[in-house]
Amino acid sequence: MINYLRAYISDVKNHKILIPIIAVVMGFLLGSLIILLSKENPWYLYKALIQSVFGVNFDNLGTDRPAFSIRRVGEYFVYVMPITLTGLSVAFAFRTGLFNIGAEGQLIMGAFAATALGIYLDYPAYILLPTVIMGGTLAGAAWGFIPGYLKARFNVHEVVVTIMLNYAAMYITNFLLKMLPGSDSLKTVGLNSGALLSSDFLAMLTSNSRLHYGFIVVIAAIVIFWFIINKTTFGYELKAVGFNIHATEYAGMKSRRNAALAMSIAGAFSGLAGVILVSGTFGYGRVLSHFENYGFDGIAVALIGGSTAVGSLLGALLLGALKASQPIMQGDGISKSITIIIYASIIVFIAIRKHISKILVKMGRTD
Amino acid sequence: MEYIIEMLNITKEFPGIKANDNVTLRLRKGEIHALLGENGAGKSTLMSILFGLYRPDEGVIRIRGEEVDIANPNVANSYGIGMVHQHFKLVENFTVTENIILGIEPRKSWGRIDIQTAAKRVEDISKKYSLSVDPHAKIRDITVGMQQRVEILKMLYRDAEILIFDEPTATITPQEIDELMKIMKSLVAHGKSILLITHKLSEIKKVSDRCSVLRKGRYVGTVDTIDTTEKQMAEMMVGREISFKVDKKNSEPGDVTLSIKNLSVKNNRKFNLINNLSLEVRAGEILCISGVDGNGQSELVEAITGLRKIEGGTISLCGKDLSHRSIRERTLAGVGYIPEDRHKHGLVLDFNLEENLALQTYFQAPLAKRGIIDFDERNKMSERLIDEFDVRCNNRSSTIVRSMSGGNQQKAIIAREIDRSPALLIAAQPTRGLDIGAIEYIHKRLVEERDAGKAVLLISFEMEEVLNLSDRIAVIYEGEIMGIVDADKTNENELGLMMAGIREGGAL
Repeated sequence: MINYLRAYISDVKNHKILIPIIAVVMGFLLGSLIILLSKENPWYLYKALIQSVFGVNFDNLGTDRPAFSIRRVGEYFVYVMPITLTGLSVAFAFRTGLFNIGAEGQLIMGAFAATALGIYLDYPAYILLPTVIMGGTLAGAAWGFIPGYLKARFNVHEVVVTIMLNYAAMYITNFLLKMLPGSDSLKTVGLNSGALLSSDFLAMLTSNSRLHYGFIVVIAAIVIFWFIINKTTFGYELKAVGFNIHATEYAGMKSRRNAALAMSIAGAFSGLAGVILVSGTFGYGRVLSHFENYGFDGIAVALIGGSTAVGSLLGALLLGALKASQPIMQGDGISKSITIIIYASIIVFIAIRKHISKILVKMGRTD
Repeated sequence: MEYIIEMLNITKEFPGIKANDNVTLRLRKGEIHALLGENGAGKSTLMSILFGLYRPDEGVIRIRGEEVDIANPNVANSYGIGMVHQHFKLVENFTVTENIILGIEPRKSWGRIDIQTAAKRVEDISKKYSLSVDPHAKIRDITVGMQQRVEILKMLYRDAEILIFDEPTATITPQEIDELMKIMKSLVAHGKSILLITHKLSEIKKVSDRCSVLRKGRYVGTVDTIDTTEKQMAEMMVGREISFKVDKKNSEPGDVTLSIKNLSVKNNRKFNLINNLSLEVRAGEILCISGVDGNGQSELVEAITGLRKIEGGTISLCGKDLSHRSIRERTLAGVGYIPEDRHKHGLVLDFNLEENLALQTYFQAPLAKRGIIDFDERNKMSERLIDEFDVRCNNRSSTIVRSMSGGNQQKAIIAREIDRSPALLIAAQPTRGLDIGAIEYIHKRLVEERDAGKAVLLISFEMEEVLNLSDRIAVIYEGEIMGIVDADKTNENELGLMMAGIREGGAL
């Protein structure tokens, strides 16, 4: 048994799965340790996590108050959906060797396009909803194309451009949102009903959470990501560019054009995140006073998920749980900063995966 | 007999491999001692141990009879061990003196560098060992051979007694090699001791006193060079009989395959390195571009493959003008390319073998249809090539290429390029850094391509390879062809003169 375990952990092939698990466990151990050091009870952290993900409230077990709230589960998924998409966005760029810090701005552009289309157009859902989704996706893609094009044409570093475009997106859309008919300084009027992803049925199932049909969009995006990266020659080219751009040029691939396209596709995923926020979660456009960090959370999600499609979903489920549990644990006197420490340290453990891999190989050796 | 260095029964193990297995190396004071072995034989590991980069698992090191523990390179330096690296570590726009004193600059008042004293000392040392280096010349203005001498000076300036030369002749002309050998002799005459790491037998024979041979991490033996033939040493190195001659018939050149007319190409510094170059390669011949590194070989190859834009002239393949076509169009038109730097251009190291074998054809039927990869077909192709070209790898098609040996990586590239059956095969230093077994195999494959009526354009810096493998040799110097000669009617000396810029059959 021990020998089997040794063989398992020392085989580099298993490290793809093993190391993220180790990173997550270590992150939580570290978080717990810090709670202990601040003389609090780490149990509250796990209690809050369980309550926010599964809806089970241990405080109410055995009392008259409800011990189970499905609404929390619904709200948990409402938060997980957009960061899954921004995670896919960052991951897609990573696979091509590009760092998309611009998911935030691409999301904002997607949200704006969805808002404008949803307010100006009034058609039945089967026409309007696809239009809104396409419009938001294209807006995100266009915002991603700018850094992609600048990179391909003038070799401008995409990090610099995307950071600046985040601000540009927020301030431009704030200005434009306020010009939409009926807007006040905080939000627009509600979208026409045909543009909404929200669902009375899902709300009813989850006792009035904001859960909406965006999950179908998210699942579709995951499948599309997986298909492009793993099954197509285009995905093969992108991965090759990500690993070694010189070899791809020598092999006659249009590496630069591919870089621009990859950033557009990354932008499309983020734009889609903007769409489901507007037509799913809120139902109206919001004038932002600051970034909401969906895009930056996407970076964390992509890193934890190893830049794969399913990994991004898992990363989002984890990060979503940490975020959703923040208010609950604060109620128990534990600072919400703990959750940030936990996922930051998970990312650090992921970043040192090569070293962890070496340690595992050493541990597995029988001599 | 006095030994200056004794490395006794050294064993060093890395996960999964014994890099050094009970190796013994003894260097006498004042001798030139060659360390011979194929790639992966454990030469670098042994030298890294001597240099303090690794600790041996077992064994002892003695310097001048005293047992020492070399914990890091600084300790090695303090024992007077210096290394002349294969790739020079020089600052291009510094002068010779500035490079030499880097890190141990002599100071005068106010912390200013005392360049005069240093230059004087450099000049003295240079004179003493007849290195003839100008202490005030900038590195970028001097020849590669002279740069190497600066590396030697660097060691001498630091009072090194034991000099390790790591493959010192890889990038210099035959004449410069002769010069280097004289310098090495002069160094030992002045009491220095030299360890020469190489796999070139002729040089060992010419310059060294004794030779220790390693094979697959094990110590094979030490011989006196004077009593041992090159063939015997080669057999010690590979453990079997080998033939030096490339086995090939006379070439039967056919029509012109590649035709280059009045080509002009700029180098990376936007300087017209190649001017008005014309060249023809025929079907069924191996034409070698020979010359010292940096005389336009890379630029010429990049111009043909499309990686570099051309400024003027034409390049055509089988009568089809390719001068301004994209890389992909040229590939499809029949240009195959074994690149000089296989890690940078030839392979995606983090891809597996199958993905690398598909790098040129991944988008074509049967490997893909309408942009969707056919994984079954791709795997079939990969498995076939692995068998056909005898690519050794742990996990067949799914082996990550980074984990493969250099020889097998090169075989993978050759499999990929030859399998496409290109009319023109460009092989840029196809055997660089490979062991004798792999070199033999690659030469055989190139000759087979030639015999199948393909044109082969070979770029090589190895004199032996140039003379043995090619049918015709074109010598390039500063972007110009100095002359084209038949391989069986020339010799090292004639080629060496042309490489130094003297035209075929003429004086300066």
